[in-house]
Amino acid sequence: MNNKSSVFKKRALVAVMASLMAASAKAEISDDKVVIGYMDDMSGPYSDLAGPAGQTAVEMAIEDFGGEVNGKPIELISSDHRNDPAVASNLAREWMDQDAVDMITGLNASSVAIAVSKLVEEKNKFAMVTTAAADSITGEHCTPNHVHWVYDTFAVSDAAARAIVEQGGESWFLMSSDYAFGHAMEAAVENAVEESGGTIAGKIRHPFPTDDFSSYILQAQGSGADIIGLASAGSDLINAIKTAYQFGVPQSGQTLASLMVFITDMHSLGLDVAQGTQFVTGWYWDMDDQAREWAERFQEREGRMPTMIQAGNYSAVTHYLQAVEATGSDDPEDVRQYLMENPIEDFFARNGRLREDGRMVHDMYLAEVKSPEESTGEWDLYEIKSTIPAEEAFRPLSESQCDLVNN
Amino acid sequence: MTMIFGVPLAVFMGQLMLGLINGAFYALLSLGLAVIFGLLKIINFAHGAQYMLGAFAALLGLQYLGINYWVALLLVPLVVGALGVVIERTLLRRIAHLDHLYGLLLTYGLALIFEGTLINFFGVSGSSYPVPEALQGGVNLGFMFLPLYRGWVLVAALVVCLGTWFMIERTRLGAYLRAGTENPALMQAFGVNVPQLITLTYGFGVALAAFAGVLAAPLYPVSPTMGSSLLIVVFAVVVIGGMGSILGAVLTGLGMGLVEGLTKVYYPEAANTVIFLVMILVLMLRPAGLFGKEA
Repeated sequence: MNNKSSVFKKRALVAVMASLMAASAKAEISDDKVVIGYMDDMSGPYSDLAGPAGQTAVEMAIEDFGGEVNGKPIELISSDHRNDPAVASNLAREWMDQDAVDMITGLNASSVAIAVSKLVEEKNKFAMVTTAAADSITGEHCTPNHVHWVYDTFAVSDAAARAIVEQGGESWFLMSSDYAFGHAMEAAVENAVEESGGTIAGKIRHPFPTDDFSSYILQAQGSGADIIGLASAGSDLINAIKTAYQFGVPQSGQTLASLMVFITDMHSLGLDVAQGTQFVTGWYWDMDDQAREWAERFQEREGRMPTMIQAGNYSAVTHYLQAVEATGSDDPEDVRQYLMENPIEDFFARNGRLREDGRMVHDMYLAEVKSPEESTGEWDLYEIKSTIPAEEAFRPLSESQCDLVNN
Repeated sequence: MTMIFGVPLAVFMGQLMLGLINGAFYALLSLGLAVIFGLLKIINFAHGAQYMLGAFAALLGLQYLGINYWVALLLVPLVVGALGVVIERTLLRRIAHLDHLYGLLLTYGLALIFEGTLINFFGVSGSSYPVPEALQGGVNLGFMFLPLYRGWVLVAALVVCLGTWFMIERTRLGAYLRAGTENPALMQAFGVNVPQLITLTYGFGVALAAFAGVLAAPLYPVSPTMGSSLLIVVFAVVVIGGMGSILGAVLTGLGMGLVEGLTKVYYPEAANTVIFLVMILVLMLRPAGLFGKEA
C-alpha cells in the first residue's frame, strides 16, 4: 500500500514536472487565442481564383469549427499583399509581432510564399500555402514551419503531359510565362514529355502579363507541333486560348494543352472555346456528394462555385484547428507533428498525408472541359477522366531538394 | 523557303500584319489622347478606363438588352462620349485654369473609381464577347491565316483615324478647333463658343476611346483592368509621336505596332519594353517627339 502510493506519488510528480516543462516550452495555446492571418491577392489578376472568396472559405472553416478551440477563441485577420513579396513580408512581420498571429494561409504568388515562409520560420510560427504554385516551396525552399496544401507546378503538369503523350500527342510547342512559375512548369513539362517518348519541337517565353498572344500563337502554329502546351495562368491563359481559337489552331488539328487551370478561367472563357481542354486539378466541386455539399454552401454565400484553392483554404484551416485541438497547442512543431501522423481526409483531400518536406500529397484528377451540349448548367464544366493516386501525383521525395528530407 | 534574318518569310509577314493590327489600336487610342491634349491641354489618364467602359458597355448591352455588335459600335461611343461631356462640364472645367497636373490627378482618380466599381461587381477575370457572326472565320493570305475580325479591326480603325485627321485638318469645324487651341480669347471675340467646343472635343476624344473598346471586346477578355495596362503603352506612343500631333499619333501608333511585332519574332522577352526603349531614345534625341514642334 505504502509502496504503491509512493509509486503513484512518483508518477504524479513526474507527470506534473513533465507538464510544467512542456507548458513552459509549448503545449499550450499562446495568448489564449488562435489567430489566423489570411493574406492573398485580393484585387489583382489572381483575386478571382483565391482572393476575397478564399477568405469566405476560411471564415466558413472557423464557423464550422464553432469559433473556438479548447475554449479559446479563434480570430481571423486578412489583408491584400498585392502579389508583392515586400508588402507581404511587412504584413507578416506586423501580424506575428503585434497581432499574435499563429498561422498564415493563402499566400499567392510563389515569390510571396517563399518570402513569408522564411519569415515564419524565423518567428517560429506556422504557414499553410494554398494558392502559390511553384514546387520549390517544399523543395529547395522548404522549412519546418510551413506546408503546401493544394497543388503545385509538378502535380498539375507532369501527369497531364504524360497522359497527352500517351494519347498520341508526341511533338510539343511550349509557351510559358517568363517568370519563376512559368520556368518551373516548362522544366516539368519538358521532362515529362521527353521521358514518355515525346519531343519538344520549340518553345517560347512570353512576358507576364501579356494581352496579345497572336504573335506567339502564330509561331506555335508555324512549328507544326501536335500539342501547344500553355504554361501560363489566369488572364494570360484565357488570352492565349482565345487567340488560338481565333487563329484556327484547334480547328486545324493542333491541340492546346492548358496546364494550370482554375474553374474561374474556364467559366470566363466559355465552353465554346474551352471545350476539350485536358488538365490536372486538385479538386472539382461536382466530383462527389461530399464535395458538392460543401460547394453548395459556398455558392450560397458567394454566388459562384469555389475553385480548388478556395476549397483547399477550408481544408487547410480545418486541419490546422483539429491539430491545435488534439494537441492542445498552437506550437508549429506540435501542429506539424500531428498533421504528419494523421491522415488528411475530407471533402477536399482524398488519401492525403503530409510528407516530411511539408508537401501535403493527395489524389489529383485528370479532367476535361465539357462541350456546350454535355454541360447542364453554368458551372457544369468538367468531366473527371481519371484519378492520379496521391503517391504518384507529386514530385517523389527521392528527387527532393529539401533539407528536411534525408536523401 | 525565303528567310529574313533566320525567320521564314511567312512568319515574318504574319508578324508584320499582326503588328499593324495592334498598331491600329494604339493609333486609335493615342489619337483620342492627342486630340484632347491638343485642345484642352489635359493629360487624360481616364482614357484607358473609358476604353474599358466602351468594351463593358458593349458586353452588358449584348447580355441584358440584346444590342448586337454593329449597333453597339455606333451607340456605345455616343453613350460613353456623353459621359465624357458630363465629366468635362462638371469636373474638368472647374480645374481648367490650374496646372496640368491637377487634370492628370483628377482623370487618374476617375479611372480608379471606374475600375474599382466594375471590379466590385464583375471581378477581374472578365468575360468574353463573341465575334459577330458576319466576321467569324478567316482568310488564308498565303503567309498566314488572318481571322476576318482582325482584318476588320484594321480597316475600321484606319478609316476612323483618317476621318478624324480629315475633319481636324481639312474642315471648317477643324479650323475652329485648331484656332481655339492657338488663341481661345481671339476665337471667343469672333463669336465662336469656345467652351462648347472644348466640351465637344473632350466628348469626341472619349468616344474614340469607347469605339476602340468596342472593337477590342471580341479580341481580348472584357475586364475592368483591360484599359490600365494598355494606357501606359499608349502614352508612350503619344510621347514618341509628339504630344498634340494628330498625324503623329496615328503614324506612331502604327509604327510602334510594327516595332513590337518584330520584337516578338526576334526577342519576345523584350516585347513589353521595346516601346519604352524607343521612347527613351526619342526623348534623348528629339525631346518634342517625332512629329512634335520644337518649343
